[in-house]
Amino acid sequence: MGVRIKIENLDFYYGKFKALKNINMNIYDKKITAFIGPSGCGKSTLLRTLNRMNDFVDGVKIDGKVLFDGIDIYNGDLDPVELRRKVGMVFQRPNPFPKTIYENIVFGLKNNGVKDKKILDDVVERTLKGVYLYDEVKNKINKSALDLSGGQQQRLCIARAIAMQPEVILMDEPTSALDPISTAKIEELLLELKKDYTIIIVTHSMQQAARISDYTAFFLSGEVIEFDETSKIFSVPRDKRTEDYITGRFG
Amino acid sequence: MLREGFDKRISGLKDKVFQMGNMVDSLISESMEALLNQDLEAAAQIEKKDDKIDKLEMEIEGECMNLLTLQQPLAGDLRLIAAALKIITDLERMGDHAVNIAHVTLEIGKEPFIKPLIDIPKMADYCHNMIEESLNAFANADVEKAKKIAEMDEEVDKLSDRVFEDVIDIIAENKGLLKQGSKLLFIARYLERIADHTTNICERIIYMVTGVYKEIN
Amino acid sequence: MDERKLLKKRKRKDKAFHILIFLCTIFGVVVLALLLIDILKKGIPMLKLSFFTNYPSRVPERSGIYPAVVGSLLMILLTCLIAFPIGVGTAIYLEEYAKDNKFTEFIKVNIANLAGVPSIIYGMLGLAAFVRFMGLGRSLISGSLTMALLILPIIIISSQEALKTVPRSLKEASYALGITKWQTIVQVSLPFALPGILTGTILSASRALGEAAPLIVIGAVTYISFTPKSLTDPFTTLPIQIFNWSKMPKREFQNVAAAGIIVLLIILLAINSIAIILRNKYQIKMKD
Repeated sequence: MGVRIKIENLDFYYGKFKALKNINMNIYDKKITAFIGPSGCGKSTLLRTLNRMNDFVDGVKIDGKVLFDGIDIYNGDLDPVELRRKVGMVFQRPNPFPKTIYENIVFGLKNNGVKDKKILDDVVERTLKGVYLYDEVKNKINKSALDLSGGQQQRLCIARAIAMQPEVILMDEPTSALDPISTAKIEELLLELKKDYTIIIVTHSMQQAARISDYTAFFLSGEVIEFDETSKIFSVPRDKRTEDYITGRFG
Repeated sequence: MLREGFDKRISGLKDKVFQMGNMVDSLISESMEALLNQDLEAAAQIEKKDDKIDKLEMEIEGECMNLLTLQQPLAGDLRLIAAALKIITDLERMGDHAVNIAHVTLEIGKEPFIKPLIDIPKMADYCHNMIEESLNAFANADVEKAKKIAEMDEEVDKLSDRVFEDVIDIIAENKGLLKQGSKLLFIARYLERIADHTTNICERIIYMVTGVYKEIN
Repeated sequence: MDERKLLKKRKRKDKAFHILIFLCTIFGVVVLALLLIDILKKGIPMLKLSFFTNYPSRVPERSGIYPAVVGSLLMILLTCLIAFPIGVGTAIYLEEYAKDNKFTEFIKVNIANLAGVPSIIYGMLGLAAFVRFMGLGRSLISGSLTMALLILPIIIISSQEALKTVPRSLKEASYALGITKWQTIVQVSLPFALPGILTGTILSASRALGEAAPLIVIGAVTYISFTPKSLTDPFTTLPIQIFNWSKMPKREFQNVAAAGIIVLLIILLAINSIAIILRNKYQIKMKD
C-alpha cells in the first residue's frame, strides 16, 4: 500500500513552546486517516503542517521532515503555493467566499489561469455532483453562496477544494459545526471521495473516526501515542492512555 | 473519576454474570445429588430452579443491550460486554443440561443402578471445579487460569470415554439393561457438554482480556 | 411604611436625572437650531440662480460662488486621486506585509500622531515643500497635495481598520486553494474591505472640503475672477470664499456669506449621506 505522506522525526515549535514532539507517521494513499485526541494536543497543528498553512503564523519553527511523494515540502524545491494546490483543506466552520456558488468553485482555477468557460462550467457541474449538491442548487448556481444552509456551505467548500483536483484533502473537524443529518451526508461523501483522494481528518468525535476512517492516530500532548488500523485502535488499543481516552475515562 | 456511573454498571454486570454462574454450578450439583441419591422429589424441583436462571439471563442480556445502545462502549468495555453476552448463553445451556440430568433421574426412578456410579460423579466434580475456576478467571481477568481449565476438559473427555466403554460392555452382556444403560450414557454426554460449554466460557474470557479469539479445545 | 417612602424618593431622583439629561441634549439641539435658523434667514433670499453662476463681485447682490464651487470640487477630486492609492497601499502594506517589529510599530505610532496634527501645520508644510521648494506656486496642485497629506493618515487608519475586518477564515480559504498572497489581497480582502475603505475616504474628503486654514497659508487666492484651467493655476474654495465675504465691510456681504454656508452645508450633507448609503448597501453580512 502506497505511502503518500511520510512524516519523519517532526518537531514543531510555536516560539519556545514545543507543540509537536518527534512525530513519525505514514499517511497511506487513498485511505482516510483520522487524528483524535483531547483539545490542544497538536492534531490541528500537524494537519496544518502538511500544507504549510503554519507559514502564516509568526515565530514557528520546524525540525524534521515532511515528505510528500518523496519530496521534502519544507526544504525542497516545492513552492508552498504549488503544494497547496495539491494538498487541499476544508475548515471547521464553512467559509465560502461572499460570491456566487459558481464563482466560489472556479475561484481557484481562475486564479491559476483557467479562462475557458466551457472547462469552468464542466468543473462546476462535476464537483457539485461529486459532493451531492448539484440537484439541490442547480437552479441557483449564480446566487450567493451565503444563502445556503451550513451543511450545504460545507459541501460547497469541499467542492471548491476538489475543483483544484488535489491529491490529498485535509479536513479540520469538518462536521463539528453541523447538525447530525448534514454530518451524515458529509461522512457518506467522504467514503465516496476516498476512491480518488487521500483524506486526513481531525475529529473530536470518536464515533466519526470509527465510522469512516481506515487508520487512526491518537495524539496526546504533542505526541502520537498510537497509530494503527481503526478497528484495532477501537477494539484492542495497545496503550493504556489510548484505552482511557477512547473509553472516556480520561482525567 | 469520569464515567463513575458507567463503571458501577459494568461492575454490576460482572457481579450478575458471576451470580448466574454460581446458580448454574449449584443447580448442577443439586441435580447430581438427586441422581446419586435417587431423590425424585429433589429432581422434580430442578426445572423450576432453572427458570430462575433463564430469567437472570434475560435480565443480563437486557442490561448489555442497554449499555451498548446508550453508552457507546469501546475497547475493553466493549469486549467485556460482548463476552458477557456469549458467556450467559453458555451458562444457560449448562443450566438446561442440569435439567436434562434431572429428567433422566426421574425416568430411572427407583430402579437400582446397573453399576455403581463412580466415573459419572468424578466427571461432575471436574465440571464443578472447571466452573468455579472459570468464574474466578472471569472475575479476575486471569488469562492463564482460563487456559489451564482447558486441560481439565481433556480429563472429562477421558472419563466420558471410560463410561461409554463400561456401560456398553455391561449392555453387551445383558441386553435387558439397555434402557437404563442408554440413560446413563446420556448423563455422561450431558456432563461432557457442560464441560465443553465451560471451555467456551474460557475462550470468551481470553478474548475479553486480550482481544484475540483463540480456540482451546 | 419606610420602604415605600424610600422607593418614592428614589423614583423622584430617577425622574429628575432623566429630565436633567434631556435638558442637556435639548440645549445642544436648540443652540444648533438657532444658528441654523439665523443662517437660513440671512442666506436663503440670496440663493438665486445667478448666485451659482456669478463670480465674486464688489457688489453683494452680484456676488456668486461659481469659481469657489469649481475650485472646491477640482481640489477634492485631485486630493482623492493622490491620497487614495497611497493611503490604501500603505494600509495594505501595514496590515498584510509588515512584520511585527519595532520599525512597524514606529510607523504606526507616527501615522496615528499625524492624524491629530492641526491642519494649519499641514498648510505651513505645504507652503514650504510644494509652493516654495518644489516651485509649484500658489496653485491647485499645491493645494491638492497639501490636502492629500492632511487626509492621508485618516485614509490609512480607516483602511487598516477595514482590512482588519476581513475574516481570517476567508483568507485561509483562499490560501488553502493554492492562491498567492497578492491574489488573495486583491480578490478577497479588498472587495470585502472596500465599503469601509470608501466610507473612510469619503468622510475624510468631506473634512478636506471644509478646511480653510491650510489653504489660506498656501495662498489660495482671496479674490478671484476666473476658474483654474490648469494644475498650476491659482484657485479658491468655498470655505475661503465664505471667509472672505464675512470679512467684507458692507453688511450685505454677511447675507452672501450665509448663502455660501448653506451651499457648503448641503454639499457636505450630500457627501456624508452617500458615504452612509454606500456603507449600508455594500456591507457584506456574513452568515453565522
